[in-house]
Amino acid sequence: MSSTGAPTRRGFLLKLGIALNALAAALVAAPIVGYLLSPGRRKRMASALSWVALAETDTFPEGQTRMATYRNPFTRPWDGATADIACWVRRVPGGDFQVFAVNCAHLGCPVRWFAPSGLFLCPCHGGAYYADGSRASGPPPRGLFRYEHKVENGRLWIRAGMMPTLGHVEASLGTSKPEGAPCA
Amino acid sequence: MRLIRDLGAWLDRRLQLGTPLKEAAEHRVPRSSASWFYVFGSGALALFVTQIVTGICLALVYVPSAGEAYRSLLVLDAEQPLGWFLRAMHGWGSNFMVALVLVHMVQVFLFGAFKYPRELTWIVGVLLLVVTLGMAFTGQVLRFDQDAYWGLGILTSIAGRVPMVGGQLVQVILGGPIIAGETLTRFFALHVFVIPGLLIGFVGLHLLMVLKLGVNEWPMPGRLVRRETYDAEYARLVEKDGVPFFPVAFRKDLVFSGLLVLAVVACAAIFGPFGPSGEPDPTIIQTVPRPDFFFLWIFSVAALLPPWMETAVLLVGPVVGILALLALPLVSGEGEKSWRRRPVAVLTVILAGVAWGTLTHLGKTAPWSPVMDAWSALPVPEKLLASATPVQRQGGLVFQLKQCRNCHALGDQGGRRGPALDDVATRLTHDQLIRQVLQGGGNMPAYGTNLSPAETTALVAFLETLRPGHVPPARDSSKSVASEAVAPAAGTH
Repeated sequence: MSSTGAPTRRGFLLKLGIALNALAAALVAAPIVGYLLSPGRRKRMASALSWVALAETDTFPEGQTRMATYRNPFTRPWDGATADIACWVRRVPGGDFQVFAVNCAHLGCPVRWFAPSGLFLCPCHGGAYYADGSRASGPPPRGLFRYEHKVENGRLWIRAGMMPTLGHVEASLGTSKPEGAPCA
Repeated sequence: MRLIRDLGAWLDRRLQLGTPLKEAAEHRVPRSSASWFYVFGSGALALFVTQIVTGICLALVYVPSAGEAYRSLLVLDAEQPLGWFLRAMHGWGSNFMVALVLVHMVQVFLFGAFKYPRELTWIVGVLLLVVTLGMAFTGQVLRFDQDAYWGLGILTSIAGRVPMVGGQLVQVILGGPIIAGETLTRFFALHVFVIPGLLIGFVGLHLLMVLKLGVNEWPMPGRLVRRETYDAEYARLVEKDGVPFFPVAFRKDLVFSGLLVLAVVACAAIFGPFGPSGEPDPTIIQTVPRPDFFFLWIFSVAALLPPWMETAVLLVGPVVGILALLALPLVSGEGEKSWRRRPVAVLTVILAGVAWGTLTHLGKTAPWSPVMDAWSALPVPEKLLASATPVQRQGGLVFQLKQCRNCHALGDQGGRRGPALDDVATRLTHDQLIRQVLQGGGNMPAYGTNLSPAETTALVAFLETLRPGHVPPARDSSKSVASEAVAPAAGTH
C-alpha cells in the first residue's frame, strides 16, 4: 500500500472503484427518489383536476341538499369502489348551487347532512357546519371544502379529482372559500 | 445417535458456529437479572416471530388491491380453512406485541437500564417502538375496511397541515390524488417489506448490544453509575455473582414467552379476528370511523385540543416525544438507577399511564361524537311529557325533530356532545334559553335561521319544564323586579 501519497496503480484502482460506485449509486438513487415522490410533483397534481358531470340539474330540488357521487377522473384499474367519491350538493333557493366535499375540514371524516336541523355533522369529533357549509361549531378550523362548479347543457359539473385537505385547498378544489358563521 | 453427532460435527467443521453460539448462550449475567422482571424483551421477540409466521400465511391469500382486498379478507374469514384463526392470531399478536414493547420500555426506564453503557441499546429500542407502532398502523390499513379508509383520511388530513409541503406530502403518502389503488399498495410494501426489514435489523442490533454489554444488573438504591468505574464494577459483579444466561435466566424467558403465545392463541380462538368493518366504499358515509386500540388516545387528543393549538400539537408533539425518548440516555446517562430514588421517573410513568388510560377510555366512549340516530331512535322519556301542556308537547316534538337529541341527552340517553338537558331549566332562564337556541355559542350551532318563532316558543316552553320538581327554575335576579315586563319582550324575537 502507498502510505506516502505517491500515485500507484493499486491506489488509482481503489479510487476509480469508489468513483464508479458513487456514480452508479447516484444513477440508481435519483430515479428511485423520483419514482417515490412522483405523486407529489406539481405537474401531476395540477393535472389531477378535471370537470366531472354529476347529474341533471333538475334532479336537485331547490332549497334541498342531496348527496351525489361521481367516479374520480384519475383512476387505476384496480381502484374498485375507492374511486367512487361522494359530495353534498345544495341547491340554494333561487337556483344557484353549492357543492361540498364530504370530508370534514378537521380530520377528513365523512360529514352527514341533517335536513331538519339544517346542519352537517361529523361522526368523528362532532364538527358541525351550517347548510351553506360555514363552520358552526366543534374542532374544524374552517367551513366545508367547496368544489368549483358550473352548469352546462342542463347538467351540473364540478372540478374534482383530489382529496381535499388543509394542505392544498386551492390546488385541490380550484378555489378557496371563506369561512365564518352567519350572524344570528 | 452417532449419525446425528457425526452430521453435527461435519456441519460445525464447515460453519464453525458451535463455539460462538455456545459462548453467547452461556455468557454470564448477574444473578439478580435472572428475574421475572427481565422477561418482557424476549416476550416481545417471541411475539414478533409469531407475527412473521402468521403474516406470511395471510400474505398467501390476501390481495393487496383496493378493489379486491376487502373481499379477500371476507374469504379469509369465511371460506379459507382456518383463515379466520390466522387473521385473529395476527391481530391479537399485534396488540400483544405493542403492549409488550411498551411494558418492556417502562421496565427498562424504571430500572435505569438505559444508563451507561447501554445508551445506544435504549436508542435502538426507541426506534423499535416507532417501527412497531408503524407496523400496527400500516397493518390496520391493510385490513382495508371503512375504518382503514377513513383512518387514512385522518392521517392525510394531519399530513396536509404541514406548512409549505403539506399538499405534496399528502400525495406522496397516498400515492396519488385520492385514497385509492396506489395507496393500498404503498402501505402493503411498507407493512410487508420496508418496516419488517427495519424491525429485523434493529432487533439484531438490540440483541447484539445486550449480548456485548451484558444484561443490566438489578438496580440497588445508592449504587450510582459512573462512566469511569462502571465497566470494572460490572465485570466484578458478573464474576463474583454471575450465572450462565442459558439455562438459568433463559428458563424464565422461556416460560413467559410460552405463556404469551398461548395467550395470543387463546384470545384468537375465543374472540376471533378484528373486523373487517364495512366495505371501503367512500360513498357509504353512514360510518363511525374509529382507530385501533393503540391509536385511540390520538383520536381523543384530536377531539379535545383547542383548535388553535391543534396543528402544532399534532405535528410537533410526536416529534418532540420521540426526540425526548431518544435524548433520555444522553441527558441522564449516569447516576442513580433504582426507581426507589428516582421519584420524577416514577411520576412520569404514572402520569403517562394515567393520561394514556384516560384518553383511551374517552376514545372508546367518544362523548364528543354526536349520536347520529338519537333523534329518530330514542323517544322523549314519557314522564317528561306526562303533565305537559300542548305547547310544551309540541316543544318536545321540535326537540326531537330538530335533532337536538343527537348532542343532548335526556334521561341519560342521547348524545353527550353538549350538556345533558334534564335540569337545563335550573341553569338557564327563559331569556337565556331563547338566546342559546337562536344564537348558539359555547360550541353549539345557532338555530336562528332554522326555527320559526312558533317552533322556538314551543321548544323553549318544553325546555323550561326540564328540572327536578324540588329545584326552583333559574332566575335572573337582576331582572326580578321587572320580570313580568321582560318575559313577553323576549317572545317577540
